[in-house]
Amino acid sequence: MTTDTATTAGLPPRFYDLEEHDHPEGSSTMLGFWIYLMSDCLIFAILFACFAVLGGNYAAGPSPRDVFELPLVALNTAMLLFSSITYGFSMLAMRAGRPGLTRVWLAVTAAFGLAFLTIELHEFTHMISIGATPQRSAFLSAFFTLVGTHGLHVTFGVIWIVTMIVQVGRHGLIAANQRRLMCLSLFWHFLDIIWIGVFTFVYLMGMLR
Amino acid sequence: MTTPSDVSPILGKLTLAALPLDQPILVVTFIVVAILGAMLLGAITWFRQWGYLWREWLTSVDHKKIGIMYLILGTIMLLRGFADAIMMRLQQAMAFNGSEGYLPPHHYDQIFTAHGVIMIFFVGMPFVTGFMNYVVPLQIGARDVAFPFLNNFSFWMTVGGVILVMMSLFVGEFAKTGWLAYPPLSGLTYSPDVGVDYWIWALQIAGVGTTLSGINLLVTIIKMRAPGMSLMKMPIFTWTALCTNVLIVATFPVLTAVLALQGLDRYLGMNFFTSDLGGNAMMYVNLIWIWGHPEVYILILPLFGVFSEVTSTFSGKRLFGYTSMVYATVVITILSYLVWLHHFFTMGSGASVNSFFGITTMVISIPTGAKLFNWLFTMYRGRIRFELPMMWTIAFMLTFVVGGMTGVLLAVPPADFVLHNSLFLVAHFHNVIIGGVLFGSFAAINFWFPKAFGFRLDPFWGKVSFWCWVPGFWLAFMPLYILGLMGITRRMRVFDDPSLQIFFVIAGFGVAVIACGIAAMLIQFGVSILRRDRLRDTTGDPWAGRTLEWSTSSPPPEYNFAFTPVAHDLDAWYDMKQRGHERPAAGFRTIQMPRNTGAGIVLAAFSTICGFALIWHIWWLAAGSFLAVLVTAIAHTFDYDRTFRIPAETIADTEAQRARALAAAE
Repeated sequence: MTTDTATTAGLPPRFYDLEEHDHPEGSSTMLGFWIYLMSDCLIFAILFACFAVLGGNYAAGPSPRDVFELPLVALNTAMLLFSSITYGFSMLAMRAGRPGLTRVWLAVTAAFGLAFLTIELHEFTHMISIGATPQRSAFLSAFFTLVGTHGLHVTFGVIWIVTMIVQVGRHGLIAANQRRLMCLSLFWHFLDIIWIGVFTFVYLMGMLR
Repeated sequence: MTTPSDVSPILGKLTLAALPLDQPILVVTFIVVAILGAMLLGAITWFRQWGYLWREWLTSVDHKKIGIMYLILGTIMLLRGFADAIMMRLQQAMAFNGSEGYLPPHHYDQIFTAHGVIMIFFVGMPFVTGFMNYVVPLQIGARDVAFPFLNNFSFWMTVGGVILVMMSLFVGEFAKTGWLAYPPLSGLTYSPDVGVDYWIWALQIAGVGTTLSGINLLVTIIKMRAPGMSLMKMPIFTWTALCTNVLIVATFPVLTAVLALQGLDRYLGMNFFTSDLGGNAMMYVNLIWIWGHPEVYILILPLFGVFSEVTSTFSGKRLFGYTSMVYATVVITILSYLVWLHHFFTMGSGASVNSFFGITTMVISIPTGAKLFNWLFTMYRGRIRFELPMMWTIAFMLTFVVGGMTGVLLAVPPADFVLHNSLFLVAHFHNVIIGGVLFGSFAAINFWFPKAFGFRLDPFWGKVSFWCWVPGFWLAFMPLYILGLMGITRRMRVFDDPSLQIFFVIAGFGVAVIACGIAAMLIQFGVSILRRDRLRDTTGDPWAGRTLEWSTSSPPPEYNFAFTPVAHDLDAWYDMKQRGHERPAAGFRTIQMPRNTGAGIVLAAFSTICGFALIWHIWWLAAGSFLAVLVTAIAHTFDYDRTFRIPAETIADTEAQRARALAAAE
């Protein structure tokens, strides 16, 4: 299929593509998913902006120094970063055409994701137990919403990983599943990048405030 | 107001008291709606059309059918939004000399809120999305959009939003806050009832649909153009659609986020926008307008595209200044992000900030002005045919210019301090939205109706409608400009100064004239269906069109094009006609098409139930329906077989029929 528009002298112009073949199914999916991720990124941008504006409004309540425990957050960050590495291994296994190994690494990724969520929930319950509730001040509202929204995304990511483990098990590494794994890969690494932002701007900079 | 102890574990805040049985207007409306609805459902059952409806329309992933459904939705909601407008005009014309009018405050406040919300979200957006859905794939020579299932799902999410808004009429109440629901008024302290919750969830659900539809059309335009159609050979309507969908993808997430934050304030008692514990209400106003200003360009840009197509077609000329038109559209797209603060110059952000936003706002008039001159130069020395689409286009140019001028006036911060929140502002945005978005939609409906249904719309009743709408608009809104200059603020229910009444009476008279225009339009649809044999378009090209949608039959076959066309020129179809193209008569191949699915409507139904449950604090139902959304979505991903093939013989038959129709027409 050629797309040149210049009409060669002597030959009548071609107005219809007579030798057309089907477009491969899902050929636009990666672009569509990428654009979706950017729109999701905007939601996080708004939450970061809210935190930037409201993050200093403690309303005579607890400040970051009172509630953040950096060692715990460091551990949590490690969980998420490890999960990204293991997702990468899963993609390498996919490239090598090994569905079993792909599923194993997906399961490991999900386990790291669950560990991340458990630690985060532990942090949240601890904060709430000492009175640093989302209702206490605009700072805490913005904190819980930003970090919680990221956590919610990780939760959906884990559900998606479990779904993919089942689907790869059923159908193997067919084109549709490879495409889905690529999308999930984008999603998972995207959450990693967002977390780097959270870790830096919320936790580290918060301790410096 | 309900206290937590009133919340039942089964029905949440929902009690019989939520039904407005004490308000005769609403009871009568409900009875009328119930009777009409029962008649409609009865007729579908009587004529055994449920199966057909479900198979051919409700579950359809065909972009043409989805586009038509969007337009039907927009038309129905136009009637609802207009009913609100009549009620407001009547109230304001009556409430003088000690009269309270006929609407109590809490009802009046819901009406002006619902009017704004419905006209923007559920009339303007469905119209624009409907046109883009229908026309864009045809213009770029594609067989469907990039994600057909998503398209169906987006449509039903919009319907979900509509259902919630309509439900608020009869179960509980709608917001009494104005269409953007500024806190702290919309916060729990001052709006403890369910009105604002209806607003939040209706827009949240519809907004998800809009974002997905934006992604879908964006990818469609980028990836699925016919061979030869480079970006600068893309029809101008597709260009404006591209820019609009960029705006949708880049702004609707902001709306989603800000609605979620407002929801967290209301549901979990957080303090983003409250008046105490560090909340900041101006944060909300900034965020909502960062979405809100691009939103008005989302509405108007595709109609600019429509006017360009119409002007060029009915002047029989290539569009003047195509390249500058494209650049103007892109510049408007970018600038629309840099002006949001002009909606609240009075916030107190100081002279420098206000100057910046005042100047950026005024700058937008430059690309817009360039567009107007391009349309005028396209008409210059053209052989203009004054068909209905062209008439609406000329009415638009005359009307929109005035609205644009008053917009530039409002962009001057000191002037805005005087005119802020006045009826002058109300007159301004109606001037651009009616004169631009609605007139454009009417031009588009008259222009593409024959393509969609195979027969033209009746010109006589179309002209009756035109001559009611346009003078009616001027009668209805010029008095508001004058009142606004005199300092009358918007959203007032009663007035003290009797000398003002005459202006409101004239405005009310104008609305009555517009009502005749709407009635004439409905008659036009009816008459056209009755006379469809006389209005039949057998050629597929009733207006001597220039772009690819006119190269296929009216209505187009399911697969749009038996062979994908190759574009050599901006006006690809005109070029094909000029150079004597031959329709291929043989060699048809099977065509792969997406299969219909009920997953979209089921997902949207569960989402709507979830929204309803959240509005009424029925937590078990909210959790259950959310879980159902999740399970349905995952179950849908287990369906790998989503396409089917149209056999070559079917295509050969369809194309042979068309060849006979074309031969007969000659």
